[in-house]
Formats: sequence, C-alpha cells, structure tokens
Amino acid sequence: MIEVNKQGEVWIFAEQHNGTLEEVSLELLSKGRELADTLKVSLAAVLLGSQVGGESERLGHFGADKVYLVEHPLLEHYQTNTYAKIICELIEKHKPQIVLYGASPCGRDLAPRVASAMKAGLTADCTDLQIGNHEIKKTGQVFENLLLQIRPAFGGNIIATIINYDRWPQMATVREGVMPMPTPNVNKKAQLIQEPAHLSLEDLAIEILAEHRQQRKVNLKASRVIVAGGAGVGSKENFKLIWDLAHCLGAAPGATRAAVDLGFIDRDHQIGQTGTTVRPILYIAAGISGAIQHQAGMSESQKIIAINNDPDAPIFNIAHYKIVGDLTQVIPMMIKAIKEKV
Amino acid sequence: MGYHCVVLVKQVPDTKRITGQAMNEDGTVNRAALPAIFNPEDLNALEMALDIKDTHGGSVTVVSMGLPAAADILRDALYRGADRAVLITDRRCAASDTLATSYILSCAVRRLEPDIVLCGRQAIDGDTAQVGPQTAEKLGLPQLTYVEQIQKLDGQTLVARRNLGNGWQEVKTTLPALLTVVDSANEPRVPRALRLMKYKSAKCRIEIEAMAKDAPSIDVEAVYAALESKGLLIHQWDLDYLEADLRWCGRDGSPTKVHRIQSVVLTAKESKAVEPTQQGIEAMVHELIEDHTIG
Ligand SMILES: Cc1cc2nc3c(=O)[nH]c(=O)nc-3n(C[C@H](O)[C@H](O)[C@H](O)COP(=O)(O)OP(=O)(O)OC[C@H]3O[C@@H](n4cnc5c(N)ncnc54)[C@H](O)[C@@H]3O)c2cc1C
Repeated sequence: MIEVNKQGEVWIFAEQHNGTLEEVSLELLSKGRELADTLKVSLAAVLLGSQVGGESERLGHFGADKVYLVEHPLLEHYQTNTYAKIICELIEKHKPQIVLYGASPCGRDLAPRVASAMKAGLTADCTDLQIGNHEIKKTGQVFENLLLQIRPAFGGNIIATIINYDRWPQMATVREGVMPMPTPNVNKKAQLIQEPAHLSLEDLAIEILAEHRQQRKVNLKASRVIVAGGAGVGSKENFKLIWDLAHCLGAAPGATRAAVDLGFIDRDHQIGQTGTTVRPILYIAAGISGAIQHQAGMSESQKIIAINNDPDAPIFNIAHYKIVGDLTQVIPMMIKAIKEKV
Repeated sequence: MGYHCVVLVKQVPDTKRITGQAMNEDGTVNRAALPAIFNPEDLNALEMALDIKDTHGGSVTVVSMGLPAAADILRDALYRGADRAVLITDRRCAASDTLATSYILSCAVRRLEPDIVLCGRQAIDGDTAQVGPQTAEKLGLPQLTYVEQIQKLDGQTLVARRNLGNGWQEVKTTLPALLTVVDSANEPRVPRALRLMKYKSAKCRIEIEAMAKDAPSIDVEAVYAALESKGLLIHQWDLDYLEADLRWCGRDGSPTKVHRIQSVVLTAKESKAVEPTQQGIEAMVHELIEDHTIG
C-alpha cells in the first residue's frame, strides 16, 4: 500500500508476448492519456520482458510520456510471481496514483497478485474509467479527483462505479476492446527509464513446459462492419445467410452466445460480455433479442440495424434502423439491394 | 500417498435468472428475490478435487465464507463427495471486497494445511476472478489460474494445463499450490443418493441454535456433540477463532468502495422504422451509402 499521492503518475502495464505488444495495452494508452491529462500528470507504460526494448518506441507513439523498461532473461515469459515482484517494487519506488492492466488472461492473473501484495484495491473488468469526486454522505468529507472505476456486475444487470480513496494505487483491469485504439504519432517520443531487476531462479514459482497460441478465427475488433446472428437465425444452414450478407459487405460475422451454444458458429465469433467487445461503424443484428449481456459488447457501435420479427425485442431500443420482419426474407432483400447499389 | 485438497466455494445469487422483481427501484439487486446457488465454477473445482481423491486417495475439505445460509452449498458438497465442510460466518466479514475476503480465506486455509487449494476461476455475482490469485498471494503459494486439467501429480509436483482463451499452456509447479478451475475442466458429478441420506442432517452450530429456538426441548450442546461424533458437523469458524487481524477484514479491510450503482437502462436512440420490403430496404441501403457507412 502506498499513501495517497496526488502528484503520482498514471501507469499502464504494457503486456507483450514474444516481444510484441498486445492490442489491449495500446487501448489502455488512449484511456490513460485522457486520465493523465485530466489530472495533469505524466502517463507511463511499464514494459517487462527480455530484449523487448524495441517496443518502447511504439508505446511513445501511442501516447506514453515515459516507459519504465525492465529487462531480464527470467522475464522472457510472463510468470505471475516474477512480474508481480517487479511491478510491486516499481510501485513502491515511483508511487503512481493509478495503475491499469488489460483484462486479458495475463492481466487478470497479474493484477490481483500485485493488489494483494500491495494491500491495494483492484476493480476487475472495467468498461469505463473517469475522474471524479466522491463524498462520504455521513461526514460530508469529499475526496477529489479519484479514479471512477465503472464495470458491469451481477451478470451485467447493474453498472457499479467503484472507487478507492485511502489505500493507493488505484488499480483496475480494463476490458479488451472497449477503449478506442489511439492513432499513433510517430513524432512522439517517450522518455526511456531503465529499471533493474533483481531476480534469481528461486523467484520462478512455476515452469512452463509447453505453450500453444492459436490465431483467432476472426478479427471482430478490426472490422468496420459486423453482421451478427442470434438464436432466431434458426439453424446452422440458415446461418449461411449471415455469412452471405457479411461477405457482400466485406464484414465479419458475429453471433450471440445463444447462437454459439446452438452450434451455429464457432465461439471466436461471440460478441458480448463473455465474448468480444466491438465498436464497428455498422452492426447488423439479425434474430437477436438484445439481452443486456449481448448489448454490453456492441452498444457502442456507431449505427445498428436490427432485424427481428418481434416488435418488442429489446434490441430495437438501441437500433437506429428497425426492421420488424422475418430475417429469412429480409436478409436476401438486403443482399440484393447491396449488390445493386455498391 | 493421498493429497489433502481444500476447495473454496461460494454461494451466489443466480444472476442468470434475474428478472424485473429482482431489481429494486433504486437499481440495486434484491438478493433475497434471487435463488441462491452453488457458484458454477466452484463445482468444477470441487469435481477436480474429488477426482484427485478418487485417483490418489486423500481427502477433500470445502470452505465457504458467507451467511449461515451458505451451509446449503456445503451440504451439497458433502452429498457430492467432500469429506469435511467449514463455514466461515461472522458479521464482521460483511462488506468485504476481494482483498478482505482473500485475507479471511487465507487464515482458514492456513489452519487446514492443504497440499492443493482449488477454487472456481470466478463467481457469477462479481465475475472478478480475483479471490483465487489474492488468496494464493496471502498464503505465499504459486497460483495456477484457468486450469482445465491436471496432467500429472506425483508427490511434490503437479503438472496442469491452463486454458488461456486463445491457446493453452502446460505448467509445472511444486506443492502446495493454488489452482483456479474453469468450467471446461469437467462435468461435475451430481449428489449421490446414499450420501444425501447420510449428510442431509449435517448442520453447523448456528443452524442447531435456530432449531432450538423453534423447539426449546432441544439441547444444543447434546445435538452438537452427537453430530460431531457421527461426522455430521459442519464446522463453523468466526474471525476470533481464525485469529484474524480485524483491520484486514470487512469494510475496514476493503480498499474498494462502491461510489454508485445504476441499473442498466437501455438507451433509446434516434431511430427509424424500415419496412421489410425490397423498397424499404433499398432506401435504407441508399442512406447508408450516402453517409459512407458502407460502400
Ligand atoms: C453472465 C452471462 C454472460 C453472458 N454473456 C453473453 C455474451 O457475451 N454474449 C451474448 O450474446 N450473450 C451472453 N449471455 C446470454 C444472454 O443473456 C442471452 O441469453 C443471449 O444473448 C440471447 O441470444 P439471442 O438474442 O441470440 O437469443 P434469444 O434471446 O433467444 O433471441 C432470439 C431472437 O430472435 C428473434 N427471431 C426468431 N425467429 C426470427 C426470424 N425468423 N426472424 C427474425 N427474428 C427472429 C426472436 O424474436 C428473438 O428476439 C450471457 C448471459 C449471462 C447470464
């Protein structure tokens, strides 16, 4: 635990695998930039690894003012204990006021270990972060410029805003895909600060015997247009309509959890609270009721077209274009219209 | 040889069944209106522990921190095959965040001296996935998160396969260690009829006291002793028994506080109804091309 420190920097944990930064770390820089500017402090990225210094330049391009670089052969592969140890040491030394991690499998493994060792607070899986004040109603005491950590809870049925005012740093993991990717500025240079790592073999609590990473079958986050199908599509055969419409729009096919569970399409395509979060220019939702958990992953889309034969389906509440009708008729009409016009 | 497994379990409101009645006017959740269930991934953790016992021998202790009602899921764990159940219940645990919860759990686990600690990856009420790693840190144990399978267990070492979402990793560690288990790990066994017959009368002290309130003829100490001798006692521990430092428990021990809770309101944006006819669709497509959304 560190004392409340209003001059403290805003930090993001720069997650890398095999020397390449993860997208979520760059997304964190956009939000981190905003928070640091509001607080008028520096934004720093913390980069750990073995021979990863090359990536520090990119962190600068994406918005970091500083990069704390810690390189050591034992940091080559992410391991909870070694990474947590180094990060705790850096926090003790530099006393940042905010530390953000991606809510990736790695970030969600690391952040709680650090929080526990620091006896600091941690909020998981935030979908938004803001700076604001908090008043304790009973005493009237006001804490200014705290990190408001906003996240869905209770299976997405409520939105909770969490704060910590007395035991710092304020830490959160942030959902992948909810923060926009910053536009890189190749002229922006981050100050590079190399920090030592005191590690020995005893610090390794586990041994990695084998690892396999597969490419996702679809890159939903990078798609400008997404055509998503739900349980209402009816069958795997009918789901071909979704693929066809996606194909003629150059779009990526997405799905609800119900559609995935029914075996219509692979889980990589799932959008929502337990799937991918997307913010495309156009989102076409066909045969999707619009459950809160699905909306959590797509409500930030710029335009939404909903096709549903139930006029009361909740998806219509957030749709810009509402088409009440049977998707097996509407989608072929759309394909025809697009082929004629585009 | 045999291993002593401790499984951390939680009773949670069934967030999959949230309906209008379960939401209060102010947007908070009325927990009382929701059925309380065994946190799903904790059942996967329990199954993994029971599987270790079946294969290698040893015993399984389930531990839950919660209200007295959490004794229900401890009985459920006994029906499924656990050997011993511990309920940590104390008013001073209220308002604990994940940090305080893991501190309290770590005090209990330390007393049980396990070889392997298992818990579900996350609980469906908070979905934080923090209590496992934080408990491991408090105990100074290696943590293996997202475990899908134990591949090897021989004396002092354990090899497990972790599911990383976009791949997997095979890791080796020495015992004792803490594992968090994902739902793809296994199919939890169901309660067994014979065990149900035996353990349905298992109780913790608070439940015996509640019984005695309704029927004053019941002698609490006698019932307690009888259950204990038959192995039907759900051990009930409080913070004094755990010798927990109260500064790290409950509200005081929780750095995170709730600033505000809102119910999710579906925002109705500007919207257009489109006729499901070729003409209507064409007009919409035209508009989207005009404003450069597509094309
Ligand atoms: C903790 C938790 C996490 C979850 N995470 C996710 C998640 O990440 N992503 C997700 O999507 N869900 C998630 N869910 C599930 C979610 O609650 C819903 O069950 C799911 O989104 C419903 O999918 P659906 O809209 O395809 O199916 P349904 O709700 O069954 O809706 C089908 C719709 O299709 C319409 N329809 C039927 N036939 C036709 C037709 N011929 N033409 C046009 N319309 C038709 C119906 O009117 C209906 O509105 C989660 C749930 C929980 C509890």
